[in-house]
Amino acid sequence: MAEKPDTLPEEMPVVRMQELSLHYGKTVGIDRLTLEIPSRKLIGLIGPDGVGKSTLLSLVTGAHIMQSGSLEVLGGDMRDADHRNLICPKIAYMPQGLGKNLYFTLTVEENLQFFARLFGQGAEERRRRIDRLTRSTGLYKFLNRPAGKLSGGMKQKLGLCCSLIHDPDLLVLDEPTTGVDPLARRQFWDLIDSIKVEQPKLSVIVATAYMDEAQRFDWLIAMDDGHILDTGTPEALLTKTGCANLDDAFIRLLPEEKRAGHHELIVPPLAADDQISIEAEGLTKRFGDFTAVDHVSFKIRRGEIFGFLGSNGCGKTTTMRMLTGLQPATEGTARLFGEPIDGKSLETRKHLGYMTQLFSLYNELTVRQNLELYARLYDIPEEKVASSVDEMLSRFELNGVADRLPGQLPLGIKQRMSLAAAVIHHPEILILDEPTSGVDPVARDSFWELIIELSRRDHVTVFITTHFMNEAARCDRISLMHAGRSLACDTPEALMKARQAETLEDAFIGYLVDTDSGAAEAAEAAAVSTGDAVQTPPAKPDWFRENLFDFGRFYTCFWRELLELRRDKIRTTLALFGALLLMIVIGYGINMDVEDIDYAVLDHDQSELSQDYLLNISGSRYFRQRPPVSGHGDLDRRMKSGELQLVVEVPPSFSKDVQRGAEPQVAFWVNGSDPSTAETINGYIKGLHAKWQQSYNRKQSSPVQIGSVSVENRYRYNPDVRSLPAMVPAVIPLLLMMIPAVLAALSVVREKELGSIINLYVTPVRRAEFLLGKQTPYILFAFASSLLLILMAVFLFDVPVKGSLPLLLCTLLVYCILSTGMGMLCSSVTRSQIAVIFLAMIATLLPASQLCGLTNPVPNDGSIASVIGNIYPTTYMLLISRGVFNKGLWVADLIGPSLILAAEIVVVSGLGILLQRKQER
Amino acid sequence: MKESLRHIWSLGLKEIMGIGRDPLLIVLIIYSFSMSVYITAKAAPDAIDHAAIAVVDEDQSTLSKRITDAFMPPLFLKPVLLSRADIDHALDRGKYTFVVVFPPDFQEKVLANNDPEVQVNVDATRMAQAFTGNGYIQSIILKEVQDFVKESTAAPPVTYTAQALIRNRFNPNLTKSWESAMSQLINNIAMIALILTGAALIRERERGTLEHLMVTPVNPVEIMIAKVWSMSLVVLVATGISLMWVVHGILQVPLAGSFWLFMFAVMINLFAMTSLGIFLACFARDMPQLGILMILVLMPMNILSGGTTSQESMPELIQYIMLFAPTTYFVDFSDAILFRGADLTLIWKTFLGMTLLGCGYFLIALSRFRKMVAG
Repeated sequence: MAEKPDTLPEEMPVVRMQELSLHYGKTVGIDRLTLEIPSRKLIGLIGPDGVGKSTLLSLVTGAHIMQSGSLEVLGGDMRDADHRNLICPKIAYMPQGLGKNLYFTLTVEENLQFFARLFGQGAEERRRRIDRLTRSTGLYKFLNRPAGKLSGGMKQKLGLCCSLIHDPDLLVLDEPTTGVDPLARRQFWDLIDSIKVEQPKLSVIVATAYMDEAQRFDWLIAMDDGHILDTGTPEALLTKTGCANLDDAFIRLLPEEKRAGHHELIVPPLAADDQISIEAEGLTKRFGDFTAVDHVSFKIRRGEIFGFLGSNGCGKTTTMRMLTGLQPATEGTARLFGEPIDGKSLETRKHLGYMTQLFSLYNELTVRQNLELYARLYDIPEEKVASSVDEMLSRFELNGVADRLPGQLPLGIKQRMSLAAAVIHHPEILILDEPTSGVDPVARDSFWELIIELSRRDHVTVFITTHFMNEAARCDRISLMHAGRSLACDTPEALMKARQAETLEDAFIGYLVDTDSGAAEAAEAAAVSTGDAVQTPPAKPDWFRENLFDFGRFYTCFWRELLELRRDKIRTTLALFGALLLMIVIGYGINMDVEDIDYAVLDHDQSELSQDYLLNISGSRYFRQRPPVSGHGDLDRRMKSGELQLVVEVPPSFSKDVQRGAEPQVAFWVNGSDPSTAETINGYIKGLHAKWQQSYNRKQSSPVQIGSVSVENRYRYNPDVRSLPAMVPAVIPLLLMMIPAVLAALSVVREKELGSIINLYVTPVRRAEFLLGKQTPYILFAFASSLLLILMAVFLFDVPVKGSLPLLLCTLLVYCILSTGMGMLCSSVTRSQIAVIFLAMIATLLPASQLCGLTNPVPNDGSIASVIGNIYPTTYMLLISRGVFNKGLWVADLIGPSLILAAEIVVVSGLGILLQRKQER
Repeated sequence: MKESLRHIWSLGLKEIMGIGRDPLLIVLIIYSFSMSVYITAKAAPDAIDHAAIAVVDEDQSTLSKRITDAFMPPLFLKPVLLSRADIDHALDRGKYTFVVVFPPDFQEKVLANNDPEVQVNVDATRMAQAFTGNGYIQSIILKEVQDFVKESTAAPPVTYTAQALIRNRFNPNLTKSWESAMSQLINNIAMIALILTGAALIRERERGTLEHLMVTPVNPVEIMIAKVWSMSLVVLVATGISLMWVVHGILQVPLAGSFWLFMFAVMINLFAMTSLGIFLACFARDMPQLGILMILVLMPMNILSGGTTSQESMPELIQYIMLFAPTTYFVDFSDAILFRGADLTLIWKTFLGMTLLGCGYFLIALSRFRKMVAG
């Protein structure tokens, strides 16, 4: 391999793109961008939500597949898979969303270990790096806490640590501080600065919607609508636009038509109104030991805009949920208009509008349909629904998108739509949970215009939470929340005055530092020196590992999946014992014997001979006699109702006709609606009839030859013809196909839905390492489950293993690999969990139970069913299982099916790996 | 009341539109009610259909050859001749289900009234074929022996016999595809009803839309009824189309009873199944858990409700447990209405049982659902 320079020379751009475009269907992500990004700088990518920032970053990191244009990153073409593999370890990517690349059930330590292992670091090096990074970020004392239980700021820090674990040359952060409180944000940027000082070679690209953060970047790229508005240093941009801050500068850079309508936001003073609309007293919520909200009290006047400020997880959302009645308070009271809140009262809900943190309207309905739905749910009379919806659409400027699905709309518009849905019934109180996070400045301002109008014109009381200080400053009063407690509550001006702070942000940080935890975290972060960077000794080149399969990374993925499974007790239990439960049910329940057949007679003859004939039937253990049938009407009715399976009708003069050789016909009416039972009954009848005939003739002791013969049946392998010994070995392969397939399939698609699949796209892990690593725990679980099934067959059901146990075990292991592999295959073509459950069930349940010879042999007539049956692994596993259990066969007898199974692993797993994408499409 | 109905109606419409916007779901539903039913019906051979049979003929007489020739398609494949030593090996490999052995001097002994013994080896691991095939083989041997004796003796003997005239009602040729098409349809009704409601509820919970509904003047009963009626309607329509086009149309299964009575039964069955789906979704924390729960419920239900093997021969305990599975009644029903042409007067008890069961499921699910939305 040609030697590439270890790092880029300083003057060379880290990213160079020409005419780079990406479309999602008809929607433009980015449109013909031509740009060079200088290296070794802190680059800011600024612009509203949905203008293509994330798209650009996912292309730069190689997470998304390229469409058109050219892109060079770290001196090579990103279309070239070899180059991508080469630079993959040099790029670190932190996707948008709180902890999107993290695994929430794993602890901080385990998350970091996972990423460190993926990059092939030794145990000692991992320890050193993890300790150093967590000490410098203040996460050290939380090493054993599950990532899901961290606050938003800490999640982002952990995400950063995971990205930095391997000393990248290029660090890409997509909105790293969205949803993080001001103190944590400040600490985060200090951390980036210190890393930058420590590793001057590092280039950092950050996308952000916070313009105040952009001030600290070396170089800015302003984007809008998939285009670049301008690039340059913050100073240059300010000078060029002649603005004092970047918020305004950005708005100035926007094309004319977009700026239209935007103007300085003025909050008119609150008209004096002393009516209290929301009142909380000592409001407290505990979840077990954890106090989410700790004695919070406030009074909010009618028409007031009341702001709740604080980091994620400080109790804001819980407080709101108590106010809406979604959650009962543990202690304290909350009143709306003087009435205590009753979660069950539908009447109070009509006076309340609520907008949740996440977009919580229906993605499958259009904007208009969503509004119509909520109008009806809020009991707006049918004749007014259309006019209310129209009013909302025009008031919130949604007319242009009324018939589109929300999923395709930018966040800002979605938020306007949520607000429209929340106020469609003209509520008197509006509760808004972080309505503007992730929304760009222009959209945020227009959103606030609506809120101010609602408050001042319609006298709606607005209770709002936010992270943005400039938004908080617009509230009539704000409450600063931290760790469930309200630190202070007053007008913004009064709060600033009390802390003698210049900005609200400083005031808030002042309050935070006063509390213990805030201070400790800040102090620790400041005190710990980041120390020397640890240099990774270059690993010995190993052709196999570099080009085909790295066992270390495979093991890492395996280890991580196993950890996650172990944390999910319910899933583990079901994976191990679900099959056992089903085996018991089926083993005892399934029964192919046809016994106790309800029958009745219709004897027109009533002679001795007819009695004799019928005795022959009633004596059989298969039949159970019911009261005789009175006539054809009765026969018809009782057979239709399902009471009788068989009616024996003996003709009149039966006895006479037999004796004069007229061969009378005895009619057997069989219920044929269940053909397999009926077949068996037919067989029984034929046997009984023949037996009677022979014995009757013998009794006549006629001198003539009648030709006698006796037929002796030997039921092989199952002499008593019991169902259990036949079914148990057959059910094992059936059970081992379905459950493992569904679990394995979900394990991958879940990552796709939750977002952590990004680790496959942007870390050096290969598809095979990733998928086989994830598959292996499920193979082990399935195999353990198969051992339990064998034990159960032998000891509970008394079905001994007559043949080669080692062969059975080996083939079962192979089979478990196949069934989990089927799951992996299903996961490669699906994206949502609901779809993959469906697909995995359809792809396993039907073929395994119907087409593979469980009850009927596999046909060989070239039909679809026979083709599937001859390919599907369950067919061969059934042969082996029955052969070993029932027939006492050994390796030599079953070598054929065993080899077929082994060969199918290659096909199934190979396809599963090939169809899975290493880049997002 | 009027408002409640309006909520239920609007929320239900929303569910239906939701399915309409998910192409994959539509494809899977269509597949389940067409291809899946078709393939299964075609896969089910008649119990004895080209059964593989071998003969060990140590007599090589006219009679033994005559009997051998009587094993004919379509019931049997052309018999393969084996030597006695090969029997075990051939059966072990699973090549033949039956091996018939004629002893030496077979014909002679028959004519001498000496009662020779024909041995029929049956691979009893093939349960379905074993019993039935055996009955057929036995009657073929006896018939051929009798005919042979009649023909070979100079004076035809006086035989005192009767004839067994077997009439299979409701399905004269015992065409298996009728039954298997129906049982696959029934299984798919259960599966789709469960997945649709269960997964839709989990999705609403994960996306936060459920919580949002709880701040509007809508109560949990309305949400649940809306889900039940909408999902039931989707499956009901799919079932009706599948029954008329696929089962009756393409697969040529005659329907003896009233279509509308059957649809009514489907409706009640769906009421119970969708309630069960909601109940399971309240238990499961996420999709993987729901997935396994559904397997644990669906598998026993498919196998034990009487569609695959008859319930009468199951242990009593299981029969009692299965009284709580809606499909048990439904299998009864569809057999009675569609194949046996029964009307309501004959099966009202089953109907009543199923309705009561459905109500029970609904109430239990509702109380779980209430607890869940209350946090």
